[in-house]
Amino acid sequence: MSDLRRVFSFISPYKKEAILAMIFLSFVVVTDLSIPRLVQVIIDQGVAKQDIDTILRTSLLMIGASILSAALSIANTFYSVKTSRSFEADLREAVFKKIQTFSFGNLDDFTTGQLLTRLTSDLNQVQMIVLMSLRMFVMAPLMFLGSFGIMFATNPSLATVILGLLPITLVLVFFIVRIVRPIFTQIQGHLDYLNQVLQENLSGIRVVKAFVRSDYENKRFEKANTELYHVSLKMTRYISIFFPIIIAVMNLGTVAIIYYGGLQVFVGTTSVGQIIAFTNYLFRTMFPLLMLSMMAGQIAAASASSTRIMEVLDAEPEVKDKPDAIVLDAIHGRVEFKNVSFSYRNISGDAVLSDISFTAEPGEKVALLGQTGSGKSSLINLIPRFYDTRKGYVTIDGVDVRDIKISNLRSHIGISLQDAILFSGTIRDNIRYGNPDATDEEVIKAAKTVQAHEFIMSFPMGYDTMVGQRGVNLSGGQKQRLAIARALLVKPKILILDDSTSAVDVEMEAEIENALDALMDDTTSFIIAQRISTVLKADKILVLDNGRIVAEGSHNELIDTSPIYREIYDSQLGDGGVEV
Amino acid sequence: MSGKGQRGNRGSSEEQQSQPRRMMGHGPPGMGGAQIEKAKDARGALSRLIRYLGDYKTHLVGIVFLTVLSSLLSLAGPYLIGIAIDKIILTGDIGGLVRISLLLAGIYIFSALVSMASGWVMAIISQRSLKKLRKELFEHIQTLSLNFFDTRSAGDLMSRLTNDVDSIGTVISQNVTQLISSFITMVGIVVMMFILNVWLALASLVVFPLMVVLTAVVSQRTRSGFRDLMMNMGMLNSVMQETIAGQRVVIAFEQQESVNRKFMSTNDAVKAVSIKANTYAMLMMPLIGILSNANIAIVAGVGGWMTLQGMATVGLIASFITYSRRFGDPIRQLGNIYNNIQSALAGVERIFEVIDTIPDLTDDSDAISVDGFEGEVEFKDVDFEYVTDVPVLKDVSLKAESGQTIALVGPTGAGKTTIVNLLTRFYDIKDGIITIDGVDIRKIKKDDLRRQLGVVLQDVFLFSGTVMSNIRYGRLDATDEECMHAAKLANADGFIKRLPQGYDTELSERAGNLSHGQRQLISIARALVADPDILILDEATSSVDTRTEIQIQEAFQRLMRGRTSFVIAHRLSTIRRADVVLVINDGEILERGTHAELLERKGFYYRMYMSQFKGTNGEQDFERIKPVETPTPATPFMGMPGMPGRRKMVGGRGMGGMPDMFRSRIVEIAEKFRKKGAISPETALSPEQLGLPPQFGMMVQMGMAEAGLFLEHDGKYYLSEKRFKQMQES
Repeated sequence: MSDLRRVFSFISPYKKEAILAMIFLSFVVVTDLSIPRLVQVIIDQGVAKQDIDTILRTSLLMIGASILSAALSIANTFYSVKTSRSFEADLREAVFKKIQTFSFGNLDDFTTGQLLTRLTSDLNQVQMIVLMSLRMFVMAPLMFLGSFGIMFATNPSLATVILGLLPITLVLVFFIVRIVRPIFTQIQGHLDYLNQVLQENLSGIRVVKAFVRSDYENKRFEKANTELYHVSLKMTRYISIFFPIIIAVMNLGTVAIIYYGGLQVFVGTTSVGQIIAFTNYLFRTMFPLLMLSMMAGQIAAASASSTRIMEVLDAEPEVKDKPDAIVLDAIHGRVEFKNVSFSYRNISGDAVLSDISFTAEPGEKVALLGQTGSGKSSLINLIPRFYDTRKGYVTIDGVDVRDIKISNLRSHIGISLQDAILFSGTIRDNIRYGNPDATDEEVIKAAKTVQAHEFIMSFPMGYDTMVGQRGVNLSGGQKQRLAIARALLVKPKILILDDSTSAVDVEMEAEIENALDALMDDTTSFIIAQRISTVLKADKILVLDNGRIVAEGSHNELIDTSPIYREIYDSQLGDGGVEV
Repeated sequence: MSGKGQRGNRGSSEEQQSQPRRMMGHGPPGMGGAQIEKAKDARGALSRLIRYLGDYKTHLVGIVFLTVLSSLLSLAGPYLIGIAIDKIILTGDIGGLVRISLLLAGIYIFSALVSMASGWVMAIISQRSLKKLRKELFEHIQTLSLNFFDTRSAGDLMSRLTNDVDSIGTVISQNVTQLISSFITMVGIVVMMFILNVWLALASLVVFPLMVVLTAVVSQRTRSGFRDLMMNMGMLNSVMQETIAGQRVVIAFEQQESVNRKFMSTNDAVKAVSIKANTYAMLMMPLIGILSNANIAIVAGVGGWMTLQGMATVGLIASFITYSRRFGDPIRQLGNIYNNIQSALAGVERIFEVIDTIPDLTDDSDAISVDGFEGEVEFKDVDFEYVTDVPVLKDVSLKAESGQTIALVGPTGAGKTTIVNLLTRFYDIKDGIITIDGVDIRKIKKDDLRRQLGVVLQDVFLFSGTVMSNIRYGRLDATDEECMHAAKLANADGFIKRLPQGYDTELSERAGNLSHGQRQLISIARALVADPDILILDEATSSVDTRTEIQIQEAFQRLMRGRTSFVIAHRLSTIRRADVVLVINDGEILERGTHAELLERKGFYYRMYMSQFKGTNGEQDFERIKPVETPTPATPFMGMPGMPGRRKMVGGRGMGGMPDMFRSRIVEIAEKFRKKGAISPETALSPEQLGLPPQFGMMVQMGMAEAGLFLEHDGKYYLSEKRFKQMQES
């Protein structure tokens, strides 16, 4: 609930609009409430007393009131929509911008899907409740109390009869909320399960077909489907019972008014006009209650949504600039790790890196080798400060990376991550993503370096070919090559390639490597690769095992001195023994 | 082109996207038209839907009857109220008051019961037909071939099975009855008004055209507003989706500022359009309400005046007021229902598009059953294309004898995956014939064929559930013991036992809690349990650590034993062990033979092979390795094609398994190195200097280097004395 309130604070820039909306709405309600009363005047004072003037005057008054009410309604709608939609846009912007301040550590806490859900359906949920509350907080009490007030003022004893209906309605609403809410949760659960079965089936369709498991899958789906069917049926049945009951209660109220009102007319304590007015007010007292009962579920959902939204807004960026962070205009590219230890916040257990110390001189090519999970990616992630070290420090040209302005630090580093993610747009745009000012010549040069020029030119649109959702489908290897080209265009002094050629075939990988070596002569480069052939030419190979550097040196040094390096080497280029 | 990887990935990356795509852009429910989608052939879709509900004919007749009844009953209320006022209250008839009150109460209660009954029946119809629709859709999807899945993303299919079915559900369960009752109420009110008093009816209908026009205008504005909103929302969604999916790249390239700018301009556009569209949408309810108020005023004014003239009564006015109040509801609802039905019909079309897709890979009526294969596989002049006129395989012929291992080698996109896709009959060939044990696979029941084929794919897919149930997926009646035995053979038993709940460990979504290598081991166990006669393996290209890699290789060996196996090979060791290596490029088999034969041919394979080893040679130039033209004397290191027993030698790594005669030859060469002092990188010598055949360099790369005995430095060679000593000791 408190999260909901905090999310609601995003309305404050639109306080004026919100208040205007509420003021207009109150006027609308007041005019609306006057209508039955005016009808009563027409009947009791006009018709009964044969006063044609009153009749005409009052009905013109009513029409005037309706027109006024229409104008007020338009104004109200405009302001309340403006408030709620501006609120939504602002909140969305706040969440999105917050995500832009995230570091890798924060991103580890949320999946892409989770963040997107918060930006879409959660936000929508909260927006809806804002809109509804703008209406209901004014309308419900005003209508409810207003109608009762008028009824008590005109005829207290008849009003008391209607008051008797109130507890019945309240009890009904209470029950339905109690009954339907848990079923609602159940439905959600079954729906999730059905979707999971479905998604797995569709993603794994090759496995399903290869193992001839359609029957099994059909049964699995049918089970989920049947369970969903049963709860949904239960739900629709409750609802199909509830609403007629509520309407019957309201209608029985009308009967009560006719009966008691009729009796009162006989003894002369009430008029026909009052009876007609009361049947109208009855509807206006019950309506807010119905709306509130429908809102109850919405509020619960919105409250859960706002908790999820606040989770994002409350996340502290893990990596931040120091207030006195410095800017390095040019760097040589000397990278040093000094007694560095590191662990991920949300992964318990051992440190991912322990006591790492090494130096990469400017222009050196450093290769990292080791099993999955040995800490290679974690190590290189510390250089651009994607994460901060827990102990020890990383320096560039002798300056602790934590003392350098992050944007400045990263402008010197070109990196190609494990997942070669491209954005929708042209190939050209993607290559110059990190350096939008790059010229076409530079783009082509980078593409040629990574052996991508040829396949790019094979598309009819060449560099203007669209990639991404609505563009061509690139193979994994092609994406990887574009990702490297993108890193090159930053003109980095430090280049990091994290398993960036795994989907490129070996022949091409070697060509890329040669081209890179020629181009990146004075660039310090860090290369992670699974294939040993990729790392053979490195100036320095770091062999990692379990977060520690277990061997360091060139290929020729390591092949004789490091058993673990030998093992890796043998397993890839060896094995199979000498054949006959 | 064969692009199995791409096709596969596309589905998985989009399944997350599709949900938010549909989640947004909906206007507030029940507040005017939010949907803009329309069916292309609304009438066709509607008749399909009606036919679909045909199973519930009696139920539907009941519903219609009940709905008509309850609508009529609700019309009777105001009429009776008018009578109560005029005939009873104004005349002071106490007995009549009791009677009419009881009658009214009875009618209202009866009416409530009728709507309950209709709701109850409707619940059954709607939920049952939804269940059936989901079931049919799912089961039909299972019969479709991979062609179908290639052209559609998983996200799109998901959305058809969930969102579209849901919107149909809403229409069936609510809108159908609403439609009937709204219509009857509207017509009924008009009829009742005219019966009661023609002049007053005409007076109160003054507002009616206004209502219709207003509804039409506002709905139209709302619809076009929401069309804009949907478009803008789609753009915003894709900006958000893409940015967040690539957030790490954004961070790495420090593009947060530009991303924010891009987002804000789209977000602002959405805000502006959204305010406009939603304002229109929300105007509907108050405007209709106000019009009915105006109507009440007219009825009261005109009615009052007419009463004075003796043309009407107070009770009549009361009835008219109640009718006027109710008149707005159906009009408002009709607009809403119209939009709902439109969007549901679009959904119906999408659903039936799938249901109408005819499975293109069906069994012939005379297809034969098979419960085992010898394993002799033959492709004869096979042509194939995924997309018309884009040939993927051209004239492919190959033959695998029972028990042989066939390695498929070639660059990405050459057609390797396609060949195995055809063998499993995931797709049908365009031309030529594929036979197993001499029988055309199209003549064999598809399920029987696939049951005898074991497939281990590169992109391992495991299902949610326990480790055990995933292994058992290979053969559903396998016992726990059999599954565990398979896991042992697959080298998976060790790590499975170390999992928190062992074999009962639940695998999370897409098996995120296991490493890639571990998932692969489980998939091997799954294939072992299935115990297929013919095996298809797609070796992983990368990203598995050394130890796991060795375990996988061992597991593969066990799996392949005694089975005809097709391997899409990336590992040299696998290629070496194969009986036949097929070199594929551009959809054609360029070369075939054993590893050694192909090397001798010095063609495409040779070049591929050399490039892989170029790295090993450091700076050495490709040209220099190239052997001289003269025929080479057979050296003990060169592979001898077809030599019996070759495959048995796989176990020996290094030099342990080396026959003595080769050993003595190696010792002889090693002695030459020692004599010339080539025992360190600094003193390395060229083959000529050492008096060795020029192709010695190649031998080093092929076999000896991995033993670590002869090492290369700058195109020259030296001996590792340490290794040599180890070798002599063994």
